[in-house]
Amino acid sequence: MSGLTLEQSPTTGDEVIGNYTINFGPQHPAAHGVLRMVMELDGEIIERVDCHVGLLHRGTEKLIEYKTYLQALPYFDRLDYCSPLAMEHSYVLAIEKLLNIEVPLRAQYLRVLFAELTRICNHMLNLGSHMMDVGAMTPNLWLFEIREDCLNFFERASGARMHSAYFRPGGVHQDVPLKLLVDMGEWLDKRMPELFEDAMSLVVDNRIFKQRNVDIAIATKEEALAWGFSGPMIRAAGIPWDLRKSQPYDVYHLMEFDIPVGTNSDCYDRFMVRVEEVRQSMRIMKQCLRDIPEGPIASDDRKVVPPKRGEMKQSMESLIHHFKLYTEGFHVPAGEVYVATESPKGEFGVYLVSDGSNKPYRCKIRPTAFSHLQAMDFMCKGHMLPDVTAIIGAIDVVFGECDR
Amino acid sequence: MAVLHSAPKFAANTGVADVLTAALGAMLLSAHEAHGEIILTVKRESVDDALRALRDDHEYQQLMEIAGVDYPERAERFEVVYMLLSVTRNHRLLVKVSTDEATPVPTITGLWPNAGWLEREVFDLYGVLFAGNTDLRRILTDYGFEGHPFRKDFPLTGYQEVRYSEEEKRVVYEPVKLAQDFRSFDFMSPWEGADYVLPGDEKSQMPATPPGGETPKTTDKPSDTGAGAKADAAAVTKVASGAPATKDNGTAAPGAPDQTKGPAGNPADKSGDKA
Repeated sequence: MSGLTLEQSPTTGDEVIGNYTINFGPQHPAAHGVLRMVMELDGEIIERVDCHVGLLHRGTEKLIEYKTYLQALPYFDRLDYCSPLAMEHSYVLAIEKLLNIEVPLRAQYLRVLFAELTRICNHMLNLGSHMMDVGAMTPNLWLFEIREDCLNFFERASGARMHSAYFRPGGVHQDVPLKLLVDMGEWLDKRMPELFEDAMSLVVDNRIFKQRNVDIAIATKEEALAWGFSGPMIRAAGIPWDLRKSQPYDVYHLMEFDIPVGTNSDCYDRFMVRVEEVRQSMRIMKQCLRDIPEGPIASDDRKVVPPKRGEMKQSMESLIHHFKLYTEGFHVPAGEVYVATESPKGEFGVYLVSDGSNKPYRCKIRPTAFSHLQAMDFMCKGHMLPDVTAIIGAIDVVFGECDR
Repeated sequence: MAVLHSAPKFAANTGVADVLTAALGAMLLSAHEAHGEIILTVKRESVDDALRALRDDHEYQQLMEIAGVDYPERAERFEVVYMLLSVTRNHRLLVKVSTDEATPVPTITGLWPNAGWLEREVFDLYGVLFAGNTDLRRILTDYGFEGHPFRKDFPLTGYQEVRYSEEEKRVVYEPVKLAQDFRSFDFMSPWEGADYVLPGDEKSQMPATPPGGETPKTTDKPSDTGAGAKADAAAVTKVASGAPATKDNGTAAPGAPDQTKGPAGNPADKSGDKA
């Protein structure tokens, strides 16, 4: 508590307590990272919120300007570290759009498969922590079981649990073993729905959970559009807007899935939209596993995609390509594109400006949290202080991505 | 060009640029389409009017992003790029204005409330001013930060570093000290990208002259050879002290004593070399 303002009561002349100004964060477990909010309170009612972001600013965009296109890729894992592959997805698609390079079908399926696994992984963390912020402890632990399974799948595909760097311009890094796809299918059939539905059954109709979330932080359709909402935030407002459906990329146009929308646009709707998205993601993953074709997992354009290790041992040309791609890197034609994909948190965009060299001239990252967090002020107004944790939980904010 | 990539596909661009060119009229400087993106460049003073027209008359309801870009070689070095999205037409649009360090861009916080933070970010990182934005504070950099770090002339390493000082029990700010120089390798291919001039390369550009052509190799002045009175004097003393002068005539006598006395070697070969 920093500024306690005392005022003279006009009638009695006594000193009465006016508005408080309190500092929420930057080190607060419910702030989901380093968010500092300066709040003006009237008693326990929030009058005004001033969010201070940027405490995790690492200058990623500037660093990317000094790296080749491939070297810049792992930075994207470290933006939203809860959904690393979704971040890579926008970036590789932006490069591919500038290069106009064709990606083999198997690679597209693998990307969609792992993007959806990322969505599940992200929502497990968000739903769990949202529940815990409003007092439910057990389901969070169960959801972390699922998250652990997801991370194991990432590890089996790419070798890394979190920062996979698995999507590459022109395809994916390496093929997955058949056993991994089989295990994934079994997991989707049995373990995952059991754990997930068990955990959800504890909260979705829970009285305390509803009391803490229903009718909190309502944003109308008009407000959602004006404040640049995207992802579950705009869908909870009742607008069926999903980039996977409306602007399909990779093989999303072949997938059958539904877009859940909210009716009331409050924290509970945002939560329930994410719950249904997890089920839809499982549906997409099953379709991917059913339809994934055999074939190459990366483009055969040797000016962009490095050759396999085995080829390098036999062919001089492959060796030269490998050397050039990992020292100089590939050149991207001059131009600029804005490519946005549906990350688990909303529209994650990359505005890529190329000057024709081997390094991006400018790489602007559009974080989802920037627009949502900005709306904290009007969404919190008139609510109680403990509602703030529910509102932040429903926004699904991760500061690696917000502050870049 | 056929579309090979699998990036997000929104509604077709056909005709959109023409419609918007007609609608924006004098506010528009140029409109072009490249890599599947329509890019409109509008006049800086009328960017708010142009965006209002796009929002209200052409259904671009959402402002997704504002990006700054720095082109130091241009007279107006900064570009501010607005990414618009129409959820009803399923279309995206890039709108650009250019400005310099001193000239402010009209704010669009009156059109989209989320422009506030986006403009703050461009101000923070590039120093672009937005006229009418009432809350133009820094947003991403540290409290009390100086400079605009994303400008191309701002070094990647920055100027200040922070650490926790055990003696002072607080975080201290110090000038950046690099244990190792900042490394920036030039991997550009010498055949494609870079423009190196290696010693001797200039000969390929010179006109071919036949040997013994129009400029005979003559020595006009002593200074051209490096010789002169000084060198002459030195030569005289060498000759006087008994240096062998047999090379002067260019032919070696086959019966010269030092050669016939040699233990090995063909005197005829040696004389051939000298000649």
